Amino acid sequence: MHIPDGYLGPETYVPLYGVSVGFWAIAQSKLKKQLSLKHVPYLAMASAFSFLIQMFNIPIPGGTSGHAVGASIVAILLGPWTAVLSVSVVLIIQALVFGDGGITAVGANCFNMAVVMPFVSYGVFKLIKGKSEGGVRLAVSAFLSGYLGLLVAALFTAVELGIQPLIATGADGRPLYAPYPLSVAIPAMAIEHLFPFGMVEGLVTVLLLKYFLKHEHDLVYALSGHSKTR
Amino acid sequence: MTKFQKKLWIGLLVIALFTPLGILLPDKFNARDAWGEWGTDKLEKLLGFVPEGLKKLTDLWKAPIPDYSFGGEGASKSLRVVSYLASGFLGIGACALIAFIISRSIARHGK
Repeated sequence: MHIPDGYLGPETYVPLYGVSVGFWAIAQSKLKKQLSLKHVPYLAMASAFSFLIQMFNIPIPGGTSGHAVGASIVAILLGPWTAVLSVSVVLIIQALVFGDGGITAVGANCFNMAVVMPFVSYGVFKLIKGKSEGGVRLAVSAFLSGYLGLLVAALFTAVELGIQPLIATGADGRPLYAPYPLSVAIPAMAIEHLFPFGMVEGLVTVLLLKYFLKHEHDLVYALSGHSKTR
Repeated sequence: MTKFQKKLWIGLLVIALFTPLGILLPDKFNARDAWGEWGTDKLEKLLGFVPEGLKKLTDLWKAPIPDYSFGGEGASKSLRVVSYLASGFLGIGACALIAFIISRSIARHGK
């Protein structure tokens, strides 16, 4: 889901830089009020965890490969604004150091995976969980939080790629940037993230939530009383 | 660092020993690059041409460790595995350090 350099034209990547910078600024001001020092080590670990899980490429035999992002569980455990910050750090390091995702596409990639994904995941979790504090319903909420969070992020990516042929074509009518239209990009991205990548994100989210509920229940942001938005 | 945090860190580092699976499994199952992340060679094959704008932007940035490999894309399998493993630890360290510094500067004291 890491858009490389050259796949988006400036008409797309410049505005998305603006959007991501806006979210970073809001995240900073929200966290300034709400983030306490005891959460700092967890935030560092969340970032490390997201980097790590993204290294586990899952193959679709004979097809493409992809991976989970970890943004859903970070949003549930530490709050969506914390996830914006910790996952953005990952995406920027991936682009700068490892060439995974483009420099021009940092804004787009951060928007998809570090803004859209944590907020969708957090919203889905809260919505489906309702008032339940455990049991099957909580597990289902966590699974769908990961599953749908990743899927929606993939769909945003597909739309950004798929609109390129509509926006920019050369004098010869050939596309200047990402070549495939929406009708190709959306199904391609949707199917592989419906299965298997979304499943993996969902499972990781459930398992880690269960682990934290067992060992450090009070840490879980989405289940704490003050959960406005950290 | 609390005992619980120490346990989490050990968990992360143990999982990091298995990162080579992230390149070995896709190799084994003949699964190629992620959709929409092809290099220019592959695009040439898919389309018969490389889009003009894409060609201009594609090499904008020379990452120090491209594709998590010290030997570039043509590296031998063993070098790729070792590079990937090392990249995992390097990346974890860099992400944790930078996220720590940023959040430390934002967080409120005494709360």
